[in-house]
This record gives sequence, C-alpha cells and structure tokens, in this order.
Amino acid sequence: MDAVPGQFIMVWVPGVDEFPMSLSYIGRRFGITYQVVGEGTRALSEMKKGDRVGIRGPYGKGFELAGRRILMVAGGTGIAALGSLVEQAARSVSTDLILGARKKEELLFEGRCRRTAASVLISTDDGSKGFHGLATELAMEILLKKKVDSIYACGPEKMISGLLDMTSDKPVRIQASLERIMKCGIGVCDSCAIDGKHVCTDGPVFRDRELRALSDLGEFKRDHSGRRIPV
Amino acid sequence: MADLAVEVCGLRLRNPTMLAAGVLDETGRSMLEVAKAGAGAIVTKSIGREPREGHAGPCVVELDYGLLNAMGLPNPGMRLYSEEIRTAKKARIPIIGSVFGSTASEIAELAALMESSGVDAVELNLSCPHAEGYGAELGSTPEMVEQVCCEARRRTDIPLLAKLTPNTSSIAELAKAAERGKADAIVAINTLKGMAIDPETRRPILGNRFGGLSGPAVKPVGVRCVYEIFEAVRIPVIGAGGIGCGRDAIEYIMAGARAVQIGTAVWTHGPGVFGKVSKEIGQFMSSNGFRSVEELVGVAHPGQH
Repeated sequence: MDAVPGQFIMVWVPGVDEFPMSLSYIGRRFGITYQVVGEGTRALSEMKKGDRVGIRGPYGKGFELAGRRILMVAGGTGIAALGSLVEQAARSVSTDLILGARKKEELLFEGRCRRTAASVLISTDDGSKGFHGLATELAMEILLKKKVDSIYACGPEKMISGLLDMTSDKPVRIQASLERIMKCGIGVCDSCAIDGKHVCTDGPVFRDRELRALSDLGEFKRDHSGRRIPV
Repeated sequence: MADLAVEVCGLRLRNPTMLAAGVLDETGRSMLEVAKAGAGAIVTKSIGREPREGHAGPCVVELDYGLLNAMGLPNPGMRLYSEEIRTAKKARIPIIGSVFGSTASEIAELAALMESSGVDAVELNLSCPHAEGYGAELGSTPEMVEQVCCEARRRTDIPLLAKLTPNTSSIAELAKAAERGKADAIVAINTLKGMAIDPETRRPILGNRFGGLSGPAVKPVGVRCVYEIFEAVRIPVIGAGGIGCGRDAIEYIMAGARAVQIGTAVWTHGPGVFGKVSKEIGQFMSSNGFRSVEELVGVAHPGQH
C-alpha cells in the first residue's frame, strides 16, 4: 500500500459496519488509531488478535509539506491523521506541534512525537497538563511570537475554523483534515458533501482558499440521512 | 457544428446527459457542481416520506468492471429535501425529482409533493434492488407498475418518468404497463441485483448482503433493454447503465434512447464525465454527418438506419 499522511482507508468490521479511518502509521507497517465512539469502533475494540477486518483504500488527498517553519495543531484524536506527518516533517523542517486534549488522560502519541525533532507543546482544556486552555489559544500565542509559514491541523471542527479565523489576515498557508459521515469513500454517494465538495475525494485534507470557501465549516454537517445539522 | 440539445417529454436539455438518481445528489450544492460540470439535467436522490439512514456498510464494493452498491435509499425525507431542490434549481437546467415508496398511493403522494417543491419532472423509482419493500419489489410486475403510474399521474401535472428494473423476465412488458399508466417516459435500466462474498471472512461484503450492479458490466444489458422498450412503446426512452464515454451514449441513443443517465462513471471519471460525454457525442455526430441527436435516435432498428 502506498499512502501519504492524511489519507484514509475504509475499514470493514464484518457483520457490523464499514467506516473511514485515518492512517496513523504509514511506512513499513500501516496502522489506524481509534476511539470507541459507536457500534463499529466498539466491535473493533472487542476483536481478538488474528481476527480479520476488511480494508479498502488508501483514499483521498493527504497533506503536502510546504514551508520551512511549520506549526501542527492536533486536537484529541486528530493526532492520528498528523502522527506520521510530524515524523516526516521534523526530519527536514522546523516543526512545532501542539498536542491538545480535553484532559491529560486523553493525550495521544506524546511519546511518539517527542521522539522526533519536533518541539512538542501540550495543551489541555482542564489544565491537567501543559497549557491550560484550548489548542487554538496556544496556537495564537505561538503565531504572535514566531514566524510560521504553514499550519497543519486535524481535530474538532471548531478548532479548525478557529485557526482559519486567526490566520485570515496573515500570510500563513493552512491545511486541515475534515471529517464527515462517509459511506462510499469514492466520490459517488454524496454523504460526505460539504458545500459541493466531497471529503472523500476532494479531501479529507483541504487547503487555504478551499477551506475558507466552505461556509458550512464549523457550522453545519449532515447526519446519516443527509439532514443538515449543527456541528 | 452538431446540435446537442434534445427535448424529452417536454423537458429541454442542452445535451443528452443526465445525472442518474443516487449519485452526488443528496445535497443541492453537489447538484449545482454536477450542473456546472456539464450535465443536461439532474435527477435527485430518491426521496421518501420520512428521513432514512440507509443500510450499514459496506455500501459499495468496487469491482474491475463496475460497482455493486446497497446504499439503502438514505434521504432526509421530502419535507427537508425541498431545501436542496431550491438550491439545485439555481442551475437552470431541468431538475427531476426521484421518489420511492412502499405503496402506489405513497409514491403518488410524494410525486405531488415533489411537484410542489418546484421540480420540472418526477422520476418514479420502481426499481431499487436493495431496499426491502420498496423499488424493485414494487416495480417488478406490470400490474403494479401501471397502478403506481396511474395514481402518480392523477396527482401530478408535470412529466412522469418511470425508472424500470432489469431484474424481471420482460422489461418491455413493464414499459408497456408504464405507458398504459400514462407515464411520459421510460428510464432503463436501474441496477442488476447482485452479491459479492469475501472468501477470507466467508461473508457477503455488503451490509445489506444484496446490492445493485452498475457500470461497464451492465451496459450490454441496458442497451438491449432500451432496444426492446423502444419497439414496445411510443413514449420516449432514457437510457442508463454503464455510460462513461460518447460511444457508450451513442449506443444507447441508437438503441432508441433520447437521452442518457450517467451515475457510476462519476466514480471513475469525476463529475467532469458529463462534459466529456457530451463533447464526445458531438464529435461523433460531426464526423459522421449528424446534425441533431434526433437523427440518431433508434437508428439501430431494422428499417431505421
């Protein structure tokens, strides 16, 4: 399998469901990292070593490294999509990573990221570790102190729209991975539509003007039946 | 320069390509994108009375020669979907509302609601092969097809298109029944009922186990169905099934279709397939001395070439 950071695969848990997952490890071995959020991930968590899942992919557009000073912002499980990008980026460019979570128990991949040359900053909403506040607030502090060429983000949509807002008047490039309910994964069913774009084929990583043109970003998403609901 | 415009039961299309129901048409904005990409008309997602989530995944199986799908008719329900139609109408090309239901009167009621939402025509989905109690289960006998068309006709004034299933012994009989029921056009074909099993896990892959096969594999079946229907009825026929290039569309048109629907090729070619197919139809017409699409319709039939 040939994949770039930010791409995803469709994971089939036989007898249960199929859902998209970011590739959290890319290279000699591939991996996914999940949080139990529904029936599918619960079934995944109950599988034993040697049980089989089906996969198809990789799909979609991934991240593209650009710039010499980059800032990565990962909120919660968003680090799954950014993990292998941190490893790649830190080898060649100056990389700051904000690893954000609601509380310290929910921080993921801290050790993995600290083993790279990236400078890792922790933020927790409850202040249980590192910066006390939102990842976006910490990002703002960094942007005020440092010159940043590009931001790479994955996490809650409000975090992404926050980053877009704070960089709207700055010469900073931004790439962010978005999430929507996804059924086919191949650009036909329209379930992952956002303002006429499709997260499965136009994304999941969108950039700059593309992101700023999405009026539903941070505001509305669609449920399984296609109803427009608040994010 | 070849003229690509066609008229099908009162609908004026700038070219003979239409977006098939179920593809990139759950949201108004996506339909606008498809229009921008060159489609001559758009058929909406199949809409029912209430919101429906559709089947558990996998919903699609990618094959070398086509696509197997069992989406399970996901849709937000007619009331909310009228918002999407309002958006899609900005495209200024015909918007055809597809409806499904479990009884003739439910479909007729939805057809009426579709009409009030502002669509230019209604397509009756009598052919979805992967939702129990709907679609093909309703549309596989001539009696039911006639009854559904009749009831929908009574409650709608705009053109009615009957989309038929190939999963039957005689699609021509279904077409004749639709014509008796006063449908204005026939759409053929919907997907062929199929199945795929994963040898490693020893299970059917689709969440619904059964699904509908579309794409290049079904084109010869579709062309044959259109050819048979063209001989059986006087109302216009719209061809669908495996169209991805101009020559595919020409085959359908020569079999008797006045327009064609494209769905699965969006997977392999993206929405740009509509512009591509129209352009290729035009090129074929120019290099073979045809000035209008009309001149090509049904020419493959004896005594017509």
